[in-house]
Amino acid sequence: MTSHQQSYISVCPHCRQPITPSDERPSLEVVQADSAPAKPQRNGEPIISFRQVNKWFGKLHVLKDINEDIYPGEVVVIIGPSGSGKSTMLRCINRLETIQSGRLVVDGYEISNPKVNITPVRAEIGMVFQHFHLYPHKTVLENIMLAPMKVRKIPQTEAKSIALELLKKVGIPEKAEAYPAQLSGGQQQRVAIARGLAMRPKIMLFDEPTSALDPEMIKEVLDVMKALAREGMTMVVVTHEMGFAREVADRVLFMDGGSIIERGTPEHFFVNPVEERTKAFLRQIL
Amino acid sequence: MSIDVITRNIPYLYEGFKVTLQLAAISITLSFVFGTIFGMARLSKYRIISIPATIYIEIVRGTPLIMVIFWIFFLIPVLIGHPIQPFPSAVAAFTVFTSAYIAEIVRSGIKSIPVGQVEAALSSGLTYWQTMRYIVLPQALTKMIPPLVGQFISLFKDTSLAYIIGVMELTRRATIVNNREYKSFEIFTFVALVYFVVCFTMSKYARYLEKKRRVGEDHRTEEKYTPANA
Ligand SMILES: Nc1ncnc2c1ncn2[C@@H]1O[C@H](COP(=O)(O)OP(=O)(O)O)[C@@H](O)[C@H]1O
Ligand SMILES: [Mg+2]
Repeated sequence: MTSHQQSYISVCPHCRQPITPSDERPSLEVVQADSAPAKPQRNGEPIISFRQVNKWFGKLHVLKDINEDIYPGEVVVIIGPSGSGKSTMLRCINRLETIQSGRLVVDGYEISNPKVNITPVRAEIGMVFQHFHLYPHKTVLENIMLAPMKVRKIPQTEAKSIALELLKKVGIPEKAEAYPAQLSGGQQQRVAIARGLAMRPKIMLFDEPTSALDPEMIKEVLDVMKALAREGMTMVVVTHEMGFAREVADRVLFMDGGSIIERGTPEHFFVNPVEERTKAFLRQIL
Repeated sequence: MSIDVITRNIPYLYEGFKVTLQLAAISITLSFVFGTIFGMARLSKYRIISIPATIYIEIVRGTPLIMVIFWIFFLIPVLIGHPIQPFPSAVAAFTVFTSAYIAEIVRSGIKSIPVGQVEAALSSGLTYWQTMRYIVLPQALTKMIPPLVGQFISLFKDTSLAYIIGVMELTRRATIVNNREYKSFEIFTFVALVYFVVCFTMSKYARYLEKKRRVGEDHRTEEKYTPANA
């Protein structure tokens, strides 16, 4: 286990090339608090870079001149009123939505160029949705094993041990053989996180991961996400959970009407936000 | 009423029954393959693929089967310059006809899978075809079994129309026996019974198959989540 942890620390997330799936990837183990790596410095290249990005749905201008750099190891929380374009911005990162103008570079790939194949980029990005979207005809284990086996061509036995490891990490090893419909919402969302992590991604995207959950299940999901953040995972999280933002975000972005209105550290945000719209929004939800 | 006319003609009718089975089996297999292709084609985001598929499906669905049979048996020879045998033209007609209906079944089966699952699969790095193969089609197939079998049963019964162009299948042989023996009631009752038994077996088997494929779900309903066992 120790060697795993070391491998995690020694591998700079940026040196891992997307084309060599066999090279060393971060450990799946929960890193103990005392050996947790320091947050990577904001140096080198951003792993996600928006430049003057614009997107329309028909006539609706949903992203307006988005400029944003996200660096390896950062936890960025996006907040803002409903319909402000948070999900759309997130979904552009793995091209679930295409943009109409601007430049978007993810993990060294210029994904705003339609000629660039998105599939290898997606393999490096885990995504967790509001409504989980587990595969109902597959067991929990099969849900987690599918992409590693079919995309990374990992042998079944190895994929299974990765999956079991991850289930332990998200706290539901006993549900390995269950079907999604047998699980509570909180358990399903933890499986969805494990499914995303099974590819050992460089980036994890979360789109309101706790919004569909009953209040008593929100904590179990947030705890998994916090552990992940402490391990140094690059995370972009759309959420209304201000406690989470305050505790683990490196930066918070506030969106309204398709633009990023304000950005800053959680301290800046919750102590003295500048923009009137930010203040109004925070008053409303806090 | 005499059973005798049946027993005497069983070997002769049995030959026809074999032809009926062949006609149905080959047409069902081909229709399933082409129907799946056309159903997926109709869903394609490329219009050069989806528009021809849509046109084909809509034309066939607005045409009686007997017209398709005549069209292929009488018109194709004119177009290609030489006659075609009754059996292959019947197979072609049934395939052209049934594929259009199966295409619609496949299309609605695929569309019934929530788009979120497709996005989850794609975002994990699976390709479009892998997503189809491992996520969409297996679930769609389970939902498609009842309407598919309904379509297969229709096709099995409709093979009797092949008698019009001279295929020596069960119905044609029955009419030949009838012309010889004048025992319409016995003969046609018996033949109807044969069709019924095969169709009934198919629908029973379909029910069993569907149940088997849903085994995970059944298991789930038993143990559905309640706050008490969380
Ligand atoms: N697929 C779509 N087609 C058309 N309009 C869409 C689509 N998805 C989102 N929108 C619109 O784009 C705007 C931004 O949506 P979204 O990014 O989902 O906002 P948020 O996640 O901040 O609530 C909204 O006005 C929404 O109605
Ligand atoms: Mg949203």
